[in-house]
Amino acid sequence: MVDETKLTPEMQEKLAKVAAAQRENLEKMAKEQKELAEKYDVHIFCCNSTSCRSAGGESVLEALESAVKSNELEEKVRVVKTGCMGLCSLGPLVQIEIKGREPVMYKKVTPLLARLIVLEYVAKAIETPKEQPLEISEFLSEHILPLDIPFFTKQEKVVLSNMCKSNPESLAEYVAHGGYQALKKVLDTMKPEEVIEEIKKSGLRGRGGAGFPTGLKWEFASKVTDTEKFFICNADEGDPGAYMDSCTLEGDPHAVLEGMLIGAYAMGATTGWFYIRAEYPLAVERMENAIRQAKKFGLLGNNILGSGFNFMVELRLGAGAFVCGEETALMASLEGKRGSPRPRPPYPVKSGLFGKSSCINNVETLANIPKIIAKGADWFASMGTDKSKGTKVFALTGRVQNGGLVEVPMGTTIREIVEEIGGGVADGKKLKAVQTGGPSGGLIPEDQIDLQVCYDRLKAVGSIMGSGGMIVMDEDDSIVDIATFYLGFTVDESCGKCAPCRIGGYQMLQLLKKVADRKGTKEDVEKIKQIAHAMQKASLCGLGMTAPNPVLSSLKFFPEEYEERLIKTGSDAE
Amino acid sequence: MTMIKARIDNIEVEVEEGTTILEAAEQVQVKIPTLCKHPDLCATAACGICVVKVAGRPNLIRACCTPLDNGMEITTRDPELVEVRRNVIELILSKHPNECLTCIRNGNCELQKLSADFGIRCEEYESIVPDLPKDDSTKSIVLDPRKCINCGRCVEVCQNQQAVWALSFLNRGISTQIAAAGGIPLAESPCIKCGQCSAHCPTGAITEYDDTLAVWSAINDEKKHCVVQIAPAVRVAIGEAFGLKPGELTTGKLYAALRRIGFDAVFDTNFSADLTIMEEASEFVERFVNKTAPLPLITSCCPAWVDFMEKYHYDMIPYFSSCKSPQGMLGALAKTYYADKKGIKPEDMVVVSIMPCTAKKYEISRSKDMYSSGVQDVDYSLTTREVARMLKQSGIDFLALAEEEADSLLGEYTGAGTIFGYTGGVMEAALRTAYYFVTGEDPKDLDFVQTRGLEGIKEAEIDIKGTKIRIAVAHGTGNVETVVNRIRHAIETGEELPYHFVEVMACPGGCIGGGGQPTGVTDKVRLERTAGLEKDDHAHQIRCSHENKEVQKLYEDFLGKPLSEKSHELLHTHYVPRPCYKR
Repeated sequence: MVDETKLTPEMQEKLAKVAAAQRENLEKMAKEQKELAEKYDVHIFCCNSTSCRSAGGESVLEALESAVKSNELEEKVRVVKTGCMGLCSLGPLVQIEIKGREPVMYKKVTPLLARLIVLEYVAKAIETPKEQPLEISEFLSEHILPLDIPFFTKQEKVVLSNMCKSNPESLAEYVAHGGYQALKKVLDTMKPEEVIEEIKKSGLRGRGGAGFPTGLKWEFASKVTDTEKFFICNADEGDPGAYMDSCTLEGDPHAVLEGMLIGAYAMGATTGWFYIRAEYPLAVERMENAIRQAKKFGLLGNNILGSGFNFMVELRLGAGAFVCGEETALMASLEGKRGSPRPRPPYPVKSGLFGKSSCINNVETLANIPKIIAKGADWFASMGTDKSKGTKVFALTGRVQNGGLVEVPMGTTIREIVEEIGGGVADGKKLKAVQTGGPSGGLIPEDQIDLQVCYDRLKAVGSIMGSGGMIVMDEDDSIVDIATFYLGFTVDESCGKCAPCRIGGYQMLQLLKKVADRKGTKEDVEKIKQIAHAMQKASLCGLGMTAPNPVLSSLKFFPEEYEERLIKTGSDAE
Repeated sequence: MTMIKARIDNIEVEVEEGTTILEAAEQVQVKIPTLCKHPDLCATAACGICVVKVAGRPNLIRACCTPLDNGMEITTRDPELVEVRRNVIELILSKHPNECLTCIRNGNCELQKLSADFGIRCEEYESIVPDLPKDDSTKSIVLDPRKCINCGRCVEVCQNQQAVWALSFLNRGISTQIAAAGGIPLAESPCIKCGQCSAHCPTGAITEYDDTLAVWSAINDEKKHCVVQIAPAVRVAIGEAFGLKPGELTTGKLYAALRRIGFDAVFDTNFSADLTIMEEASEFVERFVNKTAPLPLITSCCPAWVDFMEKYHYDMIPYFSSCKSPQGMLGALAKTYYADKKGIKPEDMVVVSIMPCTAKKYEISRSKDMYSSGVQDVDYSLTTREVARMLKQSGIDFLALAEEEADSLLGEYTGAGTIFGYTGGVMEAALRTAYYFVTGEDPKDLDFVQTRGLEGIKEAEIDIKGTKIRIAVAHGTGNVETVVNRIRHAIETGEELPYHFVEVMACPGGCIGGGGQPTGVTDKVRLERTAGLEKDDHAHQIRCSHENKEVQKLYEDFLGKPLSEKSHELLHTHYVPRPCYKR
């Protein structure tokens, strides 16, 4: 904080001027952006997230832009590259909004199709009076994705709300959509303790998986009176099949940054750190861009918006170790050391990065913050269950009809997510199980999928919420193979520091492979359980403690799949 | 000081805030089993054996690194805890070679003991010992990653206690192993061979390089005249291998035992410690009074420190004493002065030294100065641990031996020579003689207590009849940087020097806590060994190096005077920068 008593009146006046100019700039930017958007008749939104890009989204975007240009439609048509639109399994996705007409979404768009869309739909629509319906060729209409399917209608978008309609690389678009209003509100009208109170009241819990109440974490950190405190954003998402955080960073980086600024103000942090895995180049690029813009417009630095609040941000890349998502390992990695966890206590809020009080929040947690501040804790708490408030983003993948990024209120049942939003199991197969929580989670069998998603109920059945991976398995999937895959993943990713995880995981995997290869016995299964117990009880960090979960839950719910593969010994042999 | 009250196994306990559950339990006579926690080091929390239950907490808690909290109710044993611990031990054993009988640590291995305590009778899991090569490139310490249980003690010692940063973990998961950072041979790493890793290793994964077989052959070679020297700190520690308490003095028994196993002459490094003081104190007085070379003077008798300096602080070379270590001096004199008197050719001699140190193995061939007699001055350097094994092999009832004397010419020592073995001792011995050199009389009080104790850096101002000498004593290379930086700062800025005379020992506590000493060292053990040497000092009538009769005779008959040409030829050395990676 700036010590105002040490400033001369002239200096104060100068600072106030700078701050006023910054605020004016932002307002002007928002206004101009809104006017610009109004100017166009047609908006073409083209998904530019990693998943759509990997399906050819970049060339689709280029094709759209060049088609608009070659058809001389630049005056009327605006092409916007956006964050994730959700239904990734049908990407690249393009949505077209024409004044006076219903929006239309196209799936599996190719560059050729993109040019046809501009030529045969957009150009035609501009020429045709609004009342008159448009005739769309069969070829095009085959690619239309109805927007009234449950995938879109059953979702409740909070974190993902801003993504599919705005360019994540544009600060102007973010502020035009109400961005940084929450920060302004906090800086102008709220004391740090009021911010903490609001977040506590909202019931927001950490979205990284453990579900620790965010407001409480901030409160602990705020009570440490160090001169230097740190705020860390954990963007080391690593669960197989999970990509919520990468999409959030790619699609709405300013929201995450704004969430961090609000948190930093609340706890009194001076520096923020984004720890993003290096395998997320687009997320890194967009966050770097966001930080650059925020600095330029006085949203980072000293005396932010004239409030006296100073905050700077650094970005660091993870080097691909899953365990660095564990907070103490993450901090070790940030410090330039080997990314291994250390025992807690001391907890990071007391002694964290470089021994300073540090608060670590996940990407999705932070993305929720501006919304909570803007709309109020009560609004947020009105969604969800008793102990799990708000919404949760899931990466719905596996054998599901409509796979992608979905956001639902806490308390939605797995059945609703899979069968309604996901459109059920692909290819008409039967559902066998749903896996949540990634390699730390467990399997939920078909007969239990009426379970509501929330921290406590998932835990009760031997899985966890985790960061939001949700993988659908059908009747043809082998549970033993899936358990082996997950255990193989954690064994590979074990940092090797503590014996129960390092050796236990490896030995357990050998036994599991033996069983999977139909060479195992009942005794081997008993040994697997024995090791699992030791790992859960004696591992140093969450990775080792939860690594046996996929195996144990599969043994619990699908014992017959194991038995079927065992060699019969002793009295069991015929 | 805030006190914490809690209950451990239903017994009330009250301890200072910050005390771990493991330490607190000891106060109520509960020894929670652990493998990775060494009482001398910060917990690495690696093994997972010390887990306990704390009422109200769902997970098991590691006792080694969790501070006791008010009102905690702790259970240290129940069937589940025993089961988990046992299982973890079985897992560790599955990745540890079943080679106890042929292991250097047989009978003195913490894993072996734990496994025996838990009554492990079968191999529960398939053996998954990787096929990894040993690293004996330093010829001082040997890394055998197969036997490593990844407790992390060595890495903790190397990085945080000694600030050397040679050892680190390599790879991850089941492939995690200790190695020189980057997987290079240890000899090419910044390793200074201090051997603290080997003195803290619970198993046979890091050990001294074993020279005992070579020494046995030398002893048994009738054509060779084989002599031996014993370093100060060895005499108060070797008894531990025979059941004595740390600090019990065994000098006379050692002389007797070494003679019995076949050495032709038994000398004492304490003699050459006295000689080192004659040279070094003269060097100091030269620099201080006649200003022939820059101050501060920094001691050079610790080879790990010399190596550390040449690697990390080579800008300090001009300040280093050019004196060889007592080991080096005795070796050079044995093959010249003694050889002359006895009419033996140096090439027909073998000089063996018994040192508390693994770096001494490196020192004996560290530069051409170590060949001043024409051949290698010291042929083999054994650690305390190796000699204890040799004595046991020989079948000698060590404890029952009658005490004997060292052989003449290179055997007499004073109280000043013997205190070389602990931190501050070299400084204290040098001050006694420097006082005499400057004033012509002995100081009234020979005990310079300012130099004593286990504090990492000790600073003092010594009054030599009105002349103030500022000194610093540092031990544990982790403490050196502070001292060196102060010197650097003064030199760079032209400010007044913080010190005139600096003693550095690489190992915490000095040589009594050396990397070649019996394992299990803690501050308590360090103080006990130190007390043993202090007692030896006080038991000597002559407590100043310059009064050592054999040293005086050596100057009369052979060297002339301190810092003479002959001295420089035999007793002094040079240093070169050997830069390695910067931290």
